[in-house]
Amino acid sequence: MDMSQYLQIFIEEANEHVQNLNQCLLQMEKDPEDKDVLNEIFRVAHTIKGMAGTMGYTKMTKLTHDMENVLHAIRNDEIKVTSELVDVLFKCLDALENYVNSVVSTGGEGDREYKDVIATLNAILQNKGAAAAPAVNKAPAPAAAEASEKYVTALVDLDEFEQNAVNKAIDMGMNALKITIVLNKGCLLKSARAFILFQTLERYGEIIKSQPVVQDIEDEKFDFEFTVVVVSKEDEQHFSKELNSIAEVDEVIIRPMGRFNNGVAMEAEKLEKAETEVRSADSAESHAVKETETQEAAKQNGNNAARKTQRTVRVDIDRLDVLMNLVGELIITKTRLEGTDITEKPQEYHETLEYLERITTNLNDAVMKVRMVPIETVFNRFPRMIRDIAKDLGKEIELVMSGEETELDRTVIDEIGDPLIHLLRNSCDHGLESTEKRKQLGKPEHGKINLTAYQSGNNVIIEVGDDGAGINIDKIKAKAIENGIVTREAANSMSQQEAIELLFRPSFSTAEKITGLSGRGVGLDVVKTKIEQLGGTVEVETASGRGSKFLIKLPLTLAIYQALLVNVGSEKYAIPLGSIYQIYEWKAEDVKSVQGQEVILLRNMVVPITRLADSLEVPDSHTKTQNKLKIVIVRKGEKLTGLVVDSVIGQQEIVIKSLGKLLTGIKYLAGATILGDGNVALIIDVNSIT
Amino acid sequence: MAEAQVIDFDTKQFIIFRLGEERFGIDSLKITTIDRMKTITRVPKTPEFIKGVINLRGDIIPVMDLRAKFNLPPVEETEETRIIILKLEEISIGVIVDQVLQTIQLSGEDIENTSSLINSAAAEYISGIGKVGGEIVTLINFEKLVKL
Repeated sequence: MDMSQYLQIFIEEANEHVQNLNQCLLQMEKDPEDKDVLNEIFRVAHTIKGMAGTMGYTKMTKLTHDMENVLHAIRNDEIKVTSELVDVLFKCLDALENYVNSVVSTGGEGDREYKDVIATLNAILQNKGAAAAPAVNKAPAPAAAEASEKYVTALVDLDEFEQNAVNKAIDMGMNALKITIVLNKGCLLKSARAFILFQTLERYGEIIKSQPVVQDIEDEKFDFEFTVVVVSKEDEQHFSKELNSIAEVDEVIIRPMGRFNNGVAMEAEKLEKAETEVRSADSAESHAVKETETQEAAKQNGNNAARKTQRTVRVDIDRLDVLMNLVGELIITKTRLEGTDITEKPQEYHETLEYLERITTNLNDAVMKVRMVPIETVFNRFPRMIRDIAKDLGKEIELVMSGEETELDRTVIDEIGDPLIHLLRNSCDHGLESTEKRKQLGKPEHGKINLTAYQSGNNVIIEVGDDGAGINIDKIKAKAIENGIVTREAANSMSQQEAIELLFRPSFSTAEKITGLSGRGVGLDVVKTKIEQLGGTVEVETASGRGSKFLIKLPLTLAIYQALLVNVGSEKYAIPLGSIYQIYEWKAEDVKSVQGQEVILLRNMVVPITRLADSLEVPDSHTKTQNKLKIVIVRKGEKLTGLVVDSVIGQQEIVIKSLGKLLTGIKYLAGATILGDGNVALIIDVNSIT
Repeated sequence: MAEAQVIDFDTKQFIIFRLGEERFGIDSLKITTIDRMKTITRVPKTPEFIKGVINLRGDIIPVMDLRAKFNLPPVEETEETRIIILKLEEISIGVIVDQVLQTIQLSGEDIENTSSLINSAAAEYISGIGKVGGEIVTLINFEKLVKL
């Protein structure tokens, strides 16, 4: 069965539900008595079960079904919520998450069955006492009671063409059946469910008519019921059996139809016929066409399903409207420009140009906003993570998050998760003292970790702070000396900030890990590298005994930034303005050489310089013969480096573009941008230049 | 239907281009567009046959110098020089050719497999030899060519 056209919807919704479940479970752990949360968990589990069932993911369905059983028992006060129980539910959640991830990457739910989890669930049910045994199968079927009601869509009307088809079928000894199908009220993805039903129907017969029309059913423009007229060789019982075996179908009413005689049905239908309206003859045809179209589309989607699902961004419709309007404006302005003669009405021409500039700026902002995603999507997995870490470490930890609504570019959001996890772990493990120690120190028993995001100018700041012991500077220095990173003399003359910098040295962190010495430094170099790749910086603040705080500063967006355009030989390059410290003109004879490395003495600081023409193999540069050098001083992490260029063109806003798959990973280059004249300029990756 | 149109599925359309004196063919389905020569931005640290990148309606596309790839001597660009933009799977790439000549239809029997016939630098990138009238065109397997 081909469900690929619903796959994307399934993934999006499943992710939302899993996330919701996560939050609810955390809430439940805090307040086991809260019935609202329990009901919400039940609802979510049920929803996921329904969705998974629709998509044919049987293992997921099984797991959620068993979860439901347990939840149901809790609801009936047969089982108490204990921390073990919550643990099991968390395990279920993990399993569900894995299923969903598997669906995302492969389109199928994978092979794992999580038998252990299911066994634990069932064990909990067994233990709750014999009284609660029949907790099984509460797939809600209350609707069955109202089955005898008349359904609106059952009043289906056939036009002459369709009646003829029915007559012909009956003449050929086939059955004509009117089938009203009522879906479960809790059915999600109604259209998908209907799709399955239609497929089943079509396997055994031909659908002559459907009420509402197929298009409406596909668009979910129906309640929970629809009626079809089918001609088939199979009889009533067969259909009844087949249709009732499909999940989420509450009721199937099948009525055989007789021959039509001049537009009047011979049998059962007579009453209903009276109040019908006439339909145009081509509706049947058009919907038959529709049917084939959808099937073909489904097939195509099926072919695509093998390939990974695409990454998407959910966009607020208002933002799209803004975008629409701006594009409209753009077109109007373009037309205005075409109609304006620059020689006759220069004033008007320039006004229009200015207006155009305003629109493009706005358009730029609007597109950027479309790419923005609230950092919540990253943050919301942390409470769970901290909970698990706290349990592992036997510490009591409270995570306080704020500023989840702060928005960042999609590309940053995708990358920022790992560094944050690293820092949070670090804070839990090394930052916070053990509970006993905190008691001794007279601190509150549970440690506090603050995760805060906020916007500041063109940057977003993310703070990871704790109220632990703070960074022990002396310990770091001792460790650094021991590892031979610095000499004792150098260490003694180091400032606090310089000592903290040691934490970000790659070699330093590894040494820490091996010795297992408590203190900070595990993999902080990785964090720093990642953040710098994203164009951001990391700072550390610490106070002995009161905790420490990591500040991550990120650019709002990666796609557009200010850059300095320079000439190297006849080529143009862009250097990100954010990393530029200063621009100097330097006498060529004042460039010194230290062990083969060219350096300049800048306010008593030795700054190494790099001739871009050499690094970038530019053939026609004149910097070798010039007696005055233009040097752009850039920050490389904490250090300064001078880049020698031929000349400086000026500052410009650039849109960063990838060099494409073929040219990935070229040293020294961060990408390319298109200049005003339509030519391409390459962007220099300051961090990798040597 | 009065006139049933016969579609020969074996027939493929090829674009024929010239490189020096030799004629080459490429499956037209792989071609996005054929463009006049435009300013190419050199990209450092790339193999010599990568001429650089161009801006194709807002996309950055790498451009390959086929002459360099086939070890042919470089020539001055002329009015006839073209960049053929190809889309190979997910990669877009431009190739510089001396001149684009025509499009032709080749059916399976017009194409001859070659393994021993040619002994130039291009040999491993050739997918076959097409015969058009009395002339011969070399059909290039660009997928192989692009695998760097």
